[in-house]
Amino acid sequence: MKDFRRGLIAGIPIALGYLSVSFTVGIMGATLGLCIWQTVLISMTCLTSAGQLAGIGIMVHPGQYMQMLISQLTINIRYSFMAVSLSQKADSKFSGIFRWIFGFFITDEIFAVCVQENALKRSYMAGTACLPWIGWSFGTLLGASLGAILPDRIMSALAVAIYAMFIAIVVPEMKKSTAVIWVVSIAVLLSCLFYYVPALQGISSGITISVCAIVAAVVGALVFPVEVDLG
Amino acid sequence: MDNRQYFIYLMIMAVSTYLIRAIPFVAVKEKIKSRLINSFLYYIPYAVLAAMTIPSIFYAPSNMVAAVVAVVMAVIFALKNKSLMVVAVIACATVFIVESLMMII
Repeated sequence: MKDFRRGLIAGIPIALGYLSVSFTVGIMGATLGLCIWQTVLISMTCLTSAGQLAGIGIMVHPGQYMQMLISQLTINIRYSFMAVSLSQKADSKFSGIFRWIFGFFITDEIFAVCVQENALKRSYMAGTACLPWIGWSFGTLLGASLGAILPDRIMSALAVAIYAMFIAIVVPEMKKSTAVIWVVSIAVLLSCLFYYVPALQGISSGITISVCAIVAAVVGALVFPVEVDLG
Repeated sequence: MDNRQYFIYLMIMAVSTYLIRAIPFVAVKEKIKSRLINSFLYYIPYAVLAAMTIPSIFYAPSNMVAAVVAVVMAVIFALKNKSLMVVAVIACATVFIVESLMMII
């Protein structure tokens, strides 16, 4: 119980951050024509900022199931890496069914908190997961329902929240590693090519993000292989 | 959006996102040895987020100048290792202020 409470407290700042960012996801769902419950249900079952952003963008086109799958796998492959990392930390009681349950809650931020434990207890991870999940779902609900009645200027300002969060994840890593600067530059360059070159503009965003990311990461892995510390 | 198509898309998103987290968490008991795979896995989140952000962020608010200033502000505060929420709030406030100023001028 002590570990659970400790986890809950660690989850508070994450939940507050999610509340503001998922607001944008809710607005985006509303803007693209999804019902409120549809957007909220996506947040409750997926819990992935970048994945949902790309996913909702693909959803509004009919029949792009393969693009959806490829984009989700590429965007969320980082969770596999984090899952592997957390699997090294989990204590002996944290196994079997508990890993199947709490695996659902591996996000960038929950991972970042849990990985700092020397022996990760299931009750601690359960505590960290609660509030962020509630914040993510509730924020989406607020965004989806208030999106329609908020003034345009507020909506316009909130639209950058999720991207700013991405910047806050990427930039500190660029500061630490020249290789990451190269990888990010390649990804941005390719992304701009897909956006601005007329012949490439017809390609679905699910595919383009995957292509940009995989090419940039493969180049990075070949040119700048790193000793990755899984701990 | 019609419900049948919505639920197919939701299933694809939710199941793939869940399994990509759960399977490695349950299955992996040893460390991955391949340096190439580890490097790829290390770079992929940054590559994904960068490709999603640029150039989309410039078209997210109604005014592109406001977006550019917001990106500059976000990068400055991210360089100072401010939390995700602080950076997000600053970027939103920047767009709001710049767009308000442009309406006055």
